[in-house]
Amino acid sequence: MKNFLIVFAVLAIHLQAFSQDLFDILEEEAPQTKNYVSSTFKGTRILNGHSIENRKKGILEFVISHRFGRVNLGAEELYGLDQSNIRFAFEYGLSDDIMLGVGRSSFDKTYDGFVKYKLLKQSSGKKSFPFSASFFGSIAYRTIDDFEPGNEPSDSERLSYTSQVLIARKFSSGFSLQIMPTYVHRNSVKTEEDPHGIFAVGIGSRLKLTKRISINGEYYYTVNPLESINTTNLLAFGIDIETGGHVFQIILSNSITMIEKSFITESTDDFFEGDVHLGFNISRAFQFGKHKKRSSKK
Amino acid sequence: MKTTYILLLCFLFTCLLQGQERFLTKQGYTSFFSSSPVEDIKADNNQVLSIIDTSTGAIAISILMKSFLFEKSLMQEHFNENYVESDTYPKATFKGKIDEINKLGNSEETITIKGDLTIHGVTRSIKTQAKITKSQDNISLKGSFPVNVSDYNIKIPAVVINNIAKTIEVTFELDHKPYKN
Repeated sequence: MKNFLIVFAVLAIHLQAFSQDLFDILEEEAPQTKNYVSSTFKGTRILNGHSIENRKKGILEFVISHRFGRVNLGAEELYGLDQSNIRFAFEYGLSDDIMLGVGRSSFDKTYDGFVKYKLLKQSSGKKSFPFSASFFGSIAYRTIDDFEPGNEPSDSERLSYTSQVLIARKFSSGFSLQIMPTYVHRNSVKTEEDPHGIFAVGIGSRLKLTKRISINGEYYYTVNPLESINTTNLLAFGIDIETGGHVFQIILSNSITMIEKSFITESTDDFFEGDVHLGFNISRAFQFGKHKKRSSKK
Repeated sequence: MKTTYILLLCFLFTCLLQGQERFLTKQGYTSFFSSSPVEDIKADNNQVLSIIDTSTGAIAISILMKSFLFEKSLMQEHFNENYVESDTYPKATFKGKIDEINKLGNSEETITIKGDLTIHGVTRSIKTQAKITKSQDNISLKGSFPVNVSDYNIKIPAVVINNIAKTIEVTFELDHKPYKN
């Protein structure tokens, strides 16, 4: 009887081994790879501010953004469309992790340059990581000549700097959230009460409606705002539409500007009073050089 | 007691034999090609997993969608995000049978493979011809077949309808080596 049991057990194990599905073997043999989460946001901007997304190596993006006047200006100003602010920019992926950009805004005739660097990447699979983080730094040079005669600002006095840490998590394929601790430094201020350094924290999110359309929201809370003007916190809502090589964003925002130092610290309009600006971002991507391929066939 | 040992040895032996009957590759090659008046799109994958059981002729193939590499990185992003939805459907699989695998000689021959191809969560039966070369320590499979994008519920938006072919050509080249458990 004992022998019979042993034989039976061996037979059972044997049969089990035999019926082992070929896919189970493939599963066992599959290399344990780390999968980096992609497309936390569609574009490089949530709406006004930067998202965690970079352009990949070799991609040059031409970005044109517009913000019109306040919609509550009424029919005479065609609900703000008569006033227009534009920023156009070239933004380039130096590597998959480093992105550079230069832009020019009509508001205050400002030139800006920025760098965005991926520090951490959200991943799944082996040794997964729960969120992504990037460093963002920009410099803005204001060239408008609005000073009193004989009081011309020096080059250094025209400069402002913004530093941000962008922390984002894609919770699901449909929902992403980002938090942006921010520090803006101005080399010169209008009055002595105005702080040179302003701290702010932003929050942004995206909710995907279809494969190519998402709705985004963005809010920045300023801790120590400018005193000489009555500023408001930035609030914006918008829609992302993606078609082939374009990302098109339609935006409702209480800010008329498109660079960080300005929309975070200088917005004066109240969203809920109807001081809303219609705007859009449109980008066209061009690929320079071939996308780096992984090692070919072994 | 003696009978038990003999039986055990028999089972052990057949177990070993079975091990010899399976052939595996972890670096199989698959590519797909879309040709349209506007542009040609090609993507390669060198990390295809495939296993053949020569006792039954059964074949199983598993392809990680995110391992397809494109020339343009934006295409790769769109492929994963918008077309095959790799987060939801990470793998394409094929489960099929190679007819009369045991009757093959050492020279290259053309055989028929039948089975179920699953892409984007949709399973379809397909049948294709392939070239096979079988030896003691290698089974090589080569071939190509067309795939209708719409069969697998992959929608091409109107704006890029001229950029992507309705039927794409899938090419495979799988060199299997003996698999030991």
